[in-house]
This record gives sequence, structure tokens and C-alpha cells, in this order.
Amino acid sequence: MAYSQYVLVCAGTACESCRSAEIVRRLQAGVRARGLEGSVQVVRTGCFGFCAQGPVVKVLPGDHFYAQVKPEDAEEIVEEHLAKGRPVQRLLYRAPGRAAGAAAELPFYQKQFRIVLRNCGVIDPENIREYIAREGYAGLERALFEMTPDDVIEELRKSGLRGRGGAGYPTWKKWVFSKEAPANPKYIICNADEGDPGAYMDRSTLEGDPHSILEAMAIAGRTVGAQQGYIYIRAEYPLAIRRLEIAIRQAREAGLLGRDILGSGFDFDVELRLGAGAFVCGEETALIASIEGRRGMPVPRPPYPAVRGLWGKPTVINNVETLANIPVILLKGGDWFGSIGTPTSKGTKVFALTGKVNNSGLIEVPMGTTLREIIFDIGGGIKGGRRFKAAQTGGPSGGVIPEAYLDTPIDYESLAELGSIMGSGGLIVMDEDDCIVDVNKFYLEFTVDESCGKCAPCRIGGRTMYNLLTKITEGRGSVADIEQLHAVAHAMQKASLCGLGQTAPNPVLSSLRHFGEEYRIHIKDRRCPSGRCKALVTYSILPDKCIGCTLCARRCPVNCISGERRKAHVIDATRCIKCGECYEACKFGAVLRA
Amino acid sequence: MGADTEVTALPERSIELPDGISAFIEEWKDKPGNLIMVLHRVQEYYGYVPRDVAFEVAARLDVPLAKIYGVITFYHFFKLRKPGRHQIAVCMGTACYLKGGEDLIKELETILGIGLNQTTADGEFSIEAVRCVGCCGLAPVLTVDGEVYGRLTKDQLAGIIAKHRGG
Repeated sequence: MAYSQYVLVCAGTACESCRSAEIVRRLQAGVRARGLEGSVQVVRTGCFGFCAQGPVVKVLPGDHFYAQVKPEDAEEIVEEHLAKGRPVQRLLYRAPGRAAGAAAELPFYQKQFRIVLRNCGVIDPENIREYIAREGYAGLERALFEMTPDDVIEELRKSGLRGRGGAGYPTWKKWVFSKEAPANPKYIICNADEGDPGAYMDRSTLEGDPHSILEAMAIAGRTVGAQQGYIYIRAEYPLAIRRLEIAIRQAREAGLLGRDILGSGFDFDVELRLGAGAFVCGEETALIASIEGRRGMPVPRPPYPAVRGLWGKPTVINNVETLANIPVILLKGGDWFGSIGTPTSKGTKVFALTGKVNNSGLIEVPMGTTLREIIFDIGGGIKGGRRFKAAQTGGPSGGVIPEAYLDTPIDYESLAELGSIMGSGGLIVMDEDDCIVDVNKFYLEFTVDESCGKCAPCRIGGRTMYNLLTKITEGRGSVADIEQLHAVAHAMQKASLCGLGQTAPNPVLSSLRHFGEEYRIHIKDRRCPSGRCKALVTYSILPDKCIGCTLCARRCPVNCISGERRKAHVIDATRCIKCGECYEACKFGAVLRA
Repeated sequence: MGADTEVTALPERSIELPDGISAFIEEWKDKPGNLIMVLHRVQEYYGYVPRDVAFEVAARLDVPLAKIYGVITFYHFFKLRKPGRHQIAVCMGTACYLKGGEDLIKELETILGIGLNQTTADGEFSIEAVRCVGCCGLAPVLTVDGEVYGRLTKDQLAGIIAKHRGG
């Protein structure tokens, strides 16, 4: 029986936390109550990407896009829209200054181009048949019956696909190294240890389209001659783990994993291995140590894992996003993929757009899209009409990009020139209320905490840099500290054992380059322009603006504001804890932060 | 390393492992790299890795106890102390940090009278700061027993705690 209407409900982690599962239940109940189950299908899909407006519900064929839906709205959607064909106007999403329109025409989606996220928000990730209906496992079929391993590598080479985990190494080269390595057995590892704070591209892909990863791993296995794959995934992602377990079971039942896949004589199976909260395990050799059940400490390369990896055997390690591209490349061809993007960086990139931006969420754009398009067209600009200050890419290994470079087309090379990196895809927008020095202290605190401690440059250097930044944010900095930051940073870059230590100074170096003045204001003027560094901020009340409404005095948690009603109040600076409650509370702009 | 050495830790006292864990160890016993998966299973059951259970796991898997503690203390996820009946985890990913994750921690500390990584005297709640939970669109975020609360402000916290207390 064909359905005439489809209701797609986002069941990603963010929407699920806003009770999307209950929305599905109530939609289904409503559909049954009206006897519509023959013509309406309610589908729980992966992430739509528009997390800021979740939970999101989409109705096809009209492409109506409902935002911030509550479980109690389900009844009305069924009654009005599904039964009577009248979309519920009050729930339709409207971009600021625009009328409600089809989902595909929303500013959030217009500039996006989806390869990796092709099935996210479209299919039910817990049903292999929906994946197959969208040409799923057709890439594997080609790799098994129509192409030789060399053909597959040639397509990958033509596609120009580079690793999406951060470093951007050409994927086909990794595969060739493993394929040509004489040792056996060989292994395929999917790196799903997404530890970068503020990034969730891999989680959403695994939650929304788990079979695409399994298919790509089987293609990799066929190409390099491996029979076993492992997905190393963060234990903090329970939903992604559950969906992968379901997907693996269904793929085995369908004969798409396991022995003699599709009668080709090729065996390949996949197992999950859980991470345990160590950022350094995103590094290849540390990840291997962790799968082997050991402390996740990196070892020097070479030998590279492609030649000597898991249990000393040749191992291909690809990131989730890299793998998700591969089935499409086999279907549509390397030339097609290579036609998208910039001369050095092909295809698309998924970003987790977060921070002080209106439309935070998960987006996918062609390489070469500018930051301005991402932040202002897709992201809808800065929250609360504040002023843009910087975009951060690459997380604790990346850097900040100031306003002057918003029009740079993004690819691996252009970001590196700006002193940042592509990284895994975290894109954090900061506004004028964020302090650059403070944010960098946050990143260093992270890398200090996550350093495995094996090599001295990272273990000691990171701590030294963190201490210097603490000094500066507390108003005890000196100009010599800047020089020392540079010196330690260069030593860490040169001498650290693995990527974590080598890149840990990046945020500081890039911010010194683009926001050096802000460091100098902290040091010389003992002032924090954004007011984030509490030691450098004082609060006082402007007597001519204060009308004596007493609101600030009532809000003050330490009762250090005094004054009579209808008369100007005074803050006792000796007792003030600089919490900023009075500043937020005052409706007359009478509290001065300096 | 580890499994091929002769040293075997002796348990302080023998402890009966629950059937689920025993069966899991049997299933994984001969797979290489099983230790972390077994520890996940132990922590899932107890909420942490109790010392006598670590002894028992060492004996069953035939790995030195030192190796087990080496792994537990390396990874943030594994706990050596019993957490509260309700575990509050405040996200300190970058997006949540920028949007006031730290303020949430301070407010929780004030309400519950405990610091980070501590448990209330009645054993009801413990607070920890965690890395990105991946709901950056909802920042700032915290989870209680895995249930996500997003777009939070300080004044919502007392209500969330009241909802979980005794539940």
C-alpha cells in the first residue's frame, strides 16, 4: 500500500531530549484514531541539522517544516494537517522577515549541499530497507561485482577525497599503503571518537545513517583485503551506539555483513569498541592502543598504522565523515565528486555550527563556501544583534578567524594560512561578550587535562602556557609573558610526540596573531574589554542614571549594594564578588562595568 | 605486555559476580583487547568499578591488577568511587562554556552544598563536568542520569533537582 503523506520527526539526540519520542507516539496514536494508518506514515529519522529549532517535524509531500513542536501539538497536526490538509500555521517555521515556506527553501538549507548527510532526516535509521531504497549498499555491490580493488582506488583518487578527521590526508593513499602491505590479516577501523568539544558531526551521521558507515567499511575491506572492521566510538554516545548495533544486526541478517557477502565469496564483519573518554584516543596510534585494551598512549610514527597498526597488522583508519562519502563516490563516480569544492579540497564539509549564532545546528556545505555565508546566510547572524568577533575552527587544535577574513573561501589550505585548521568540523561563533584570552585558557585547560603525559613538551609545555594565561586573565601578566608563550608554543609544536601536543598551542598562536591587542589590554591596562575576566572587572553605579528602584540591591547575592529607595545606590567594591547580577538586572543602564 | 606475563593478582576476598557480567566475561574472554569492554560492563552495573570486582576481573581475565588500574585511571569515563543515585553531568564543551556552563556548576554547588566530583551526604546526587555531550544547539546543557536538559538558565536548576530527588 502506498502512503500519500509522510511525517518525518527528528530523533537525533538534541530533539530526543526535547521529547521527540513522545511526539512520535502521539502522532501515531492520532493517525490510528482517525484510521489514517493506511495513508500516513510517521517516521523517526536522524538529525535534520536545525538543532536550534528542535524538535523539528517535516510533512511530505508539501515539505512543510514545523519547528519547536511540543508533544501536545501532535493532535493538532494530525487533525488539521494530515486529516484535513490544512497546515498548522502557528507551528510552521518562519525565518526572520520571511513567510513560512517549503523546508528546502529556508535560508538555513538553501546554501547547503548534502552528500554525507544525504539520508539524515530523510530515512528511519533503524530500518535497513529505507537505506537500501535510497541506493544503499549499491556502492558495495559495485565494488564486489563490477570493480576491481584497483578500480575502487582509482575512483577515490579521482574524487580527491581527503581525511575529514582533521589532517586532510588523501584517503586513497592510505588505502594503497594498506593494500600493498604484505602482512595479514588486515583491519579497517572507523574512528568515531569525536572528542573535540563543540563538535557532533560524527554522532549525527552515525545516529541518522549508520548503514552508510558499515557499507563504506565493507568497501574498504574489499579493496585492501581486510575481513574485520572495528568502529571505535565514544561511550558518551549511547543513541549512536544503539543505532549501530541495530544496523550491524540488520546488515548481517540481510547478508550484507558476515560470510560470503551477496554470494561474492567476500567475508567482512564489523564490531564496536567503546572509547572511555580520552581525547588523545582520536590520534591513530592511541586509538589502536585503546582498542587493544591498553592505556591510550600514542607512539611515534612511522611506521604508520596503514602498514603496522592494530595488533601490528596493516590497518586503515578513517573518520566517520570520510567513510560516509565513499558509497556515493562509487555510485556517482570520482569525477562527479571532484567537480565539487576547490582545487585542493574536494566535496563538502559538515560543520557543527554553534556558539553565539542564531541558527545553531549541523550543516553541510561545498568546500570553498565562505565563513560569511555560513555564519550570516545559513546561521542567520549573531544572536541578540550583537557584534561578530571571531569564528573558531578546529577546536583545541585550531584557531580563531577574525572579521577581516570572513570572505575567505574555506578549504584545508586557506584555513591553515589563517593560522587555524579545518579540524573535524567544530565551528564556534564568538561575539563581543566573549574574551579571546579566556577562551584560549579554556582550550588549554582542555589539552592539559587530556594530555596523556608521555612526552615532556606536551605535559610541561601545556601547563606552562596555561599558567601564563591564568596570570594574564588575573591581571598579573607582563609583556615578557607574551614572548614566553611564543617560545613554549614553538617548542611544543616541534618536539611533541603526537598531534595533540603539536597542535595544542595553535589557539594561542592564532589569537596572538589576530587579537594581540586584546592580550595587551589585559596586560598593560589591566582591563578585560568583554568583562569575562572577573579579576579585571569592577562594577559601580552611575548616580545620575540610577533612579533607586532597588532591583540591583535585591538581586545582589552578597548584599553589597546599599541605598535608599528612589535615591542613587552604591556598590561596596570590597565586598563585591563580580557576579554581574546587578549589571544584568538594571533596566536603566546605571550599572557600569569597567 | 600484560596478558602474557605470569603475574596474577589474587583477590582480597572472593566475590560473586552477577550473572550478566560473568556471562559477558566468558563471551569476551578470548577476544584480544577485551579489558575496556569488560570494564564498561562492570561500570554499567555498579555505577563505578569497585575494588573487589577489579580483583575478580583480574583473576578471570588473567591480567595483572596493575594493568586494570592503569586503564581505569587513564580514562575519564571510569570511576573508582560510587556516584550518587542521580548523576548530574554539566556539559563543558565549548558552546556550553561560552553560554555559561560554569555558572550552572556554581549554582548546582550552591544548591547541593557539594563540589564537583562529590556526592551529597544522603547519596542522592553527584555532580561532574563532562566534555561535549553533542547537543551544542541546546547550549548550555546538563544531563541527569542521561536525560538531557537544554537551553538552561540558573533558576531552572532547583526545579530539575526537585524532580529527580527521591525518584
